[in-house]
Amino acid sequence: MSKPNYERQNPAFYALLVALILMAIGPIVVMLSTSLRLNVDIMSDTSSLFFLPTIRNYEAVLCDVLWYKPDGLDYCDPTFGRALVSSLIVATVSTVLTLVIGCMAAYAIVRFRFMGRDTVSLFTLLMRMVPPAVLLVPIFGIWTFQFHIDGTRMGIILIYVAMNLPFVIWILQSFIVQVPIQLEESARIDGAGPFQVFFLIVLPIIKPGLAAASIFTFRIAWNEFLLANALSNRNSRTVPVTIVNSLTQYDVDWGKIMATGMLLAIPPIIFTFVASRQIITGMTAGAVKG
Amino acid sequence: MKTTLANRLTPYMFLAPAAAVLIVALLYPLGYVVYASFLDWNPSQRIGQAEFIGLRNYYNLFSDESFRESFFVTIKFSTIVVTLEMLFGVGLAFLLDRNIRGMSVLRTLFILPMMISPIVVGLMWRYMYHPTVGIFNRTLKAIGLDPIPWLSDGTWAFTSIIIADVWQWVPFIFILSLAALQTLPQSVMEAARIDGASGWQSILYVKLPLMMPVLVITFLLRLIDSFKVLEVILVLTNGGPGLSTEVLALRISRTATEFRELGVAAAMSNILLFMLLLLTLAMFFYNKLTAIRAFRLKNIAVEEV
Repeated sequence: MSKPNYERQNPAFYALLVALILMAIGPIVVMLSTSLRLNVDIMSDTSSLFFLPTIRNYEAVLCDVLWYKPDGLDYCDPTFGRALVSSLIVATVSTVLTLVIGCMAAYAIVRFRFMGRDTVSLFTLLMRMVPPAVLLVPIFGIWTFQFHIDGTRMGIILIYVAMNLPFVIWILQSFIVQVPIQLEESARIDGAGPFQVFFLIVLPIIKPGLAAASIFTFRIAWNEFLLANALSNRNSRTVPVTIVNSLTQYDVDWGKIMATGMLLAIPPIIFTFVASRQIITGMTAGAVKG
Repeated sequence: MKTTLANRLTPYMFLAPAAAVLIVALLYPLGYVVYASFLDWNPSQRIGQAEFIGLRNYYNLFSDESFRESFFVTIKFSTIVVTLEMLFGVGLAFLLDRNIRGMSVLRTLFILPMMISPIVVGLMWRYMYHPTVGIFNRTLKAIGLDPIPWLSDGTWAFTSIIIADVWQWVPFIFILSLAALQTLPQSVMEAARIDGASGWQSILYVKLPLMMPVLVITFLLRLIDSFKVLEVILVLTNGGPGLSTEVLALRISRTATEFRELGVAAAMSNILLFMLLLLTLAMFFYNKLTAIRAFRLKNIAVEEV
């Protein structure tokens, strides 16, 4: 990494690279460009690469949360604005909860070693394997008839926290293992209690691990459809649920739905560009390091 | 005395919230799904009112033609998808394992498909597969070929969901195998080069065997995940036309929400869960095995020195 000593490659190699990049982001570009077109443009026979971009679709989707009233829009559908708020609350709260709870558990497992790392890793693997579809029936039954939290955001948050915890504990413990124990011992000698050691010494050191874990948790909570669909009502519906609902209508308004899809895709895209290194760390932690 | 007691309780205090959440919202539901599979239960009944019918749900499932079809579709989908993804992903990793400018940008762009919501992935592909305005049929028309019924013909619909899944998940295999490639010991590569191994030879006889542990784990991880794929297919075809793209996870969700047979859905859930359990245990023990073997090799090396 010290000196940028790049090998020269032949032109065919670069052509291949360009083709790969086009394939990877092509569908996303198609979605973006569709979301910027008027419906007449989308449906016309003569599609062209050049068109006049318009933010009309975004205005129609966001009309409820915009600070101004878009012109030329006679009816405002509040579904999406509401779903966006719901999605933001659900994803943020469940990410914060998962991280706090997961962090404490990971620390206990590593430092107080009353469970073997083998037990933890087997448990993590087993929980990671459980598909959301399998949870559908029991979660519906329990949430509705026993906990009475169906239709609330809290119900959705609870299952997201539970689903993400094993993975977060696993990722974080692999970072906590690397924190030198001497550092903690010297803090203990200086009179810090276990909670102080944890919050003031350990947490700042494992920041990269926290970043990776929070991105993964947020992404799952933000993108999940199946359980949110089963547990939400009109007021707590999240964005993925509204997208699927509007797709089942007979006449699909492609411009508007692509704008919705784009809005749903923007947070993960931003995370990817800001923190791709942490994401790759998180992805490879389970497999490559073993 | 007081402080030692506090110290002794600390680990439990740290662990208690996680344990509580996991027991209430994950382990309890998993036990519940096993019990529910013995019931004849529809969503408007409380579970206590549902009739206990023993193993009849399972018995009915195994004699149900459409369930067998669905099971077969799942196996076919997972096998094809994971095979293609392993081939492309590992191939690309070998091809791009070079010291070139902009590699990190490339990797970042490759992660995008995995980060985006499966619902949105389905949406994008559904638009591109659209019979008249979709980009594929437009291109075919422009060069004078017949349009293809991407989502309305059984065989094509199956191909279409495979294409979408491969697009989304090849980068996962690529990134894991590239990481494995770049952590291989340099000395071994050097030795192979000095002994006069050609590019192909060093890939086949040196790199691939060394990467094998990671590749097996990657393969199993992806295989497990491929049994969970549901949202993309739901948006693209909702299992149709006929049963041609109805994978097991999708069938569970449709049985529960559309046909309102929770007991049957629970029984199917358990069958899926059992398959995944076997795969996961295989992965765990493979991991253990390679760890033990590495440990032994190290010991032998130490003894010989």
